[in-house]
Amino acid sequence: MTVKKTKRLMAFMCVLILMPMSLANAAEDGAHSTYTYNYDYWEDIRESPDAYRVAAVIRSSDLDLGGTDLSAPQSLFALDDKLYIADRGNNRIVELTRKGQDFICTRIIDHAVVPDDLREEFLKDTDLMLAENGRRYRDEAGNLYLKPAANSSAELGPMILTPEGITNLNTPNDMAVVVMKDEDGTETRYMWIADTNNNRVLKIDITGDEPVFVRQFVKPTDATFDQNQAFLPNKIVVDSSGRVFVQATNINKGLVKFESDATFTGFIGANQVVYNLWDYIWKTFFTTKEQRSQQASFVPTEYQNIYIDKNGFIYATNISFSEYDLLYDNAKPIRRLNAVGTDILIKNDHYPPIGDLKWVEQSTDHGPSKFYDITVLDNDMYMAIDRTRGRIFGYDPQGIMLWAFGMSGVSSDGSFNRAVSIEHMGYDLLVLDELDCSVTVFTPTEYGNLIYQASEEYLDGQYDQSAETWQEVMKYNPNYTLAIIGIGRSEMREAAELSTTQERIAKYADAMEHFKNAHDRENYGRAFRYYRKEWVEQNIWWIVLIVAALLVVPVIKRSVQKIKWEVAAYESRQVHK
Amino acid sequence: MSLVKSISKTKTRKEHPRMRRYLDSLKYAKYVIFHPFDGFWDLVHEKRGTLGAAHTFLAAFLLTYVMKLMYTSFQFNGAPIHYINVYERIASLLLPFLVLCIANWALSTLFDGKGRFKDIYMAMCYALVPYVIIQIPLILLSNILTFDEGSFYNVLDVISLVWCAFLAFVGLMEVHDYGPGKTIVFIIATIFGALVILFLLLVFFSLLSDAFGFFVSIYREIVFRLS
Repeated sequence: MTVKKTKRLMAFMCVLILMPMSLANAAEDGAHSTYTYNYDYWEDIRESPDAYRVAAVIRSSDLDLGGTDLSAPQSLFALDDKLYIADRGNNRIVELTRKGQDFICTRIIDHAVVPDDLREEFLKDTDLMLAENGRRYRDEAGNLYLKPAANSSAELGPMILTPEGITNLNTPNDMAVVVMKDEDGTETRYMWIADTNNNRVLKIDITGDEPVFVRQFVKPTDATFDQNQAFLPNKIVVDSSGRVFVQATNINKGLVKFESDATFTGFIGANQVVYNLWDYIWKTFFTTKEQRSQQASFVPTEYQNIYIDKNGFIYATNISFSEYDLLYDNAKPIRRLNAVGTDILIKNDHYPPIGDLKWVEQSTDHGPSKFYDITVLDNDMYMAIDRTRGRIFGYDPQGIMLWAFGMSGVSSDGSFNRAVSIEHMGYDLLVLDELDCSVTVFTPTEYGNLIYQASEEYLDGQYDQSAETWQEVMKYNPNYTLAIIGIGRSEMREAAELSTTQERIAKYADAMEHFKNAHDRENYGRAFRYYRKEWVEQNIWWIVLIVAALLVVPVIKRSVQKIKWEVAAYESRQVHK
Repeated sequence: MSLVKSISKTKTRKEHPRMRRYLDSLKYAKYVIFHPFDGFWDLVHEKRGTLGAAHTFLAAFLLTYVMKLMYTSFQFNGAPIHYINVYERIASLLLPFLVLCIANWALSTLFDGKGRFKDIYMAMCYALVPYVIIQIPLILLSNILTFDEGSFYNVLDVISLVWCAFLAFVGLMEVHDYGPGKTIVFIIATIFGALVILFLLLVFFSLLSDAFGFFVSIYREIVFRLS
């Protein structure tokens, strides 16, 4: 083979190898594909049209952030047209305002002014202790370090006050904003900040230009809270009445719950201890006390992230579990906690919402999906972001997977290096990348919008419209289970209104066929029950006839036999006479 | 009265004695499944069973299994119908069945079990009869019941398996003339024995293929040198 030939062959092979990549990258309309897929009944991957496309990537450098770029941002919070980013590395919260697909920085919150009366109260309370054990001292820069007495009634907690009377943030990891209305209709915009290294959750009033200190939620003095542990709030959610739920580092009893007036009211939703039988036997019978004290004990794990939906249910994600735990759904990576902390997530699919069901074992990013954040849309569908493979998984309120899309590592739009947070604005999804310091905005495609529309119409009780919308979805993706079930359901309803038995039977059979294709046994059973009823009514005379025949035939047979015997006996008697 | 008898007798068709014995042994299964203790004893020790009937029951069992996979209503059928390989499914039942029979025979011969291999095989085949007589109506039933009424189906499904297991247990007890405790011990030992047989088979075949490969390479070497 000549050199030229070899070169040509190699070039050809390169083209062959690269071609599918370039083809896959660009969808039919030329936009960037997000590699959307779903799992079928047999847990095989089915590729699907894109449900979401990248609309914009907001990079830190594109924003006017007062000269400092984002540094290790941790969390997103969206409220109406405002998007808040916890800029941990710069000890500040950045507020962006959305105009169409453009985001502009409208505010930077890095401190709160402590009002005079509060400061007075604070100083009064700490003043008495000054001499004994230094609860209050001033450093060279003039900052005042305050620590109230243990028996102090005002739960103000420790605080560092600058000479100007303001308190600064220290590594804020998360925030939440709630707009509260007074009786007279004035709106106040409150923000809660998980001010981690200040060991507090800070509540500030951001209605005006200057953020004003309202209250801080500090380490509970309650006996159930381990006093040797530092209080390091990591993720927070706030319900509409101002109750605060904190996921704190090193606290494995569940979420720390505070009332709106900062009183600690206990833990909710402790993660159950997960261990397998073999570990238990090994640790109980085959290890000495000394060995056991060296090993990790069975302790419940912390949640990774939390989100509160519009009904006040907390969605929590959990990433510390082994692949084995997924097998019997012990891991429960996504939970929906009610007021007493019980997991009430609905799981009506053939597999629970755990992200990827399959992965290539030899690849660098193998292992189960680990959900670092979750967001719940207004229609109760929830989207979780997986860090293992940088994918976003969408589930409907019944726990049925809608889609998965996205990827990690590749430096193109719609892929993540280290996604830490997901939020939504309407149907748009926003994903924060900690390393890229960027926010990726996904907007639903026609296909995605149709799925949302059909589901919402169904929940609203507009069944016929919903079926029509599902038909539209089927045009995009004939393998979409939800669409097939939706059509089956509408056929079942239509059948009841048909006039002739013949038509009804045919319609129920159609519905059954659809449910069978979707492997939906319960709905199939429902359709089959009607089908059976109609069928029996139509064929009742045949059934009666067959049953009668089965009863009558043996009787006739027996009497015929009897007559024959009698005839034969009579004849033989005649012969012997 | 004798007259009536003579009339009815003339009416029965003439049958080959072997055929007759075969049919009788088929019918005897009814007695075995309802009176297992007596039934299995007579099956083997009174020569009431035949190998032909045993083969028939085994074949019927395998056929029922396949029919269950293919014709059970979708509501109660978890089998991936479009992926099923019928021969593979049959083999995955038949081979363990035979290996377990062999293992049981091999072990019980060493510990004064009375049963010969033929007896064990026959008893095991007769023990499969309830599966056939329950599962075939169950296939029809599954096409009439809805998903919500599935408990009827599941109960019968479980009964068929439990009955078979009980018959297999009693069958082994009677064939070997063991007590119940010894039978349990031997059932466990049989499972281990089957694993040993499988291991030996694997070793044997891998050695065989190595030996075969060795001669093939010698042949290739010779051909290469000569040409």
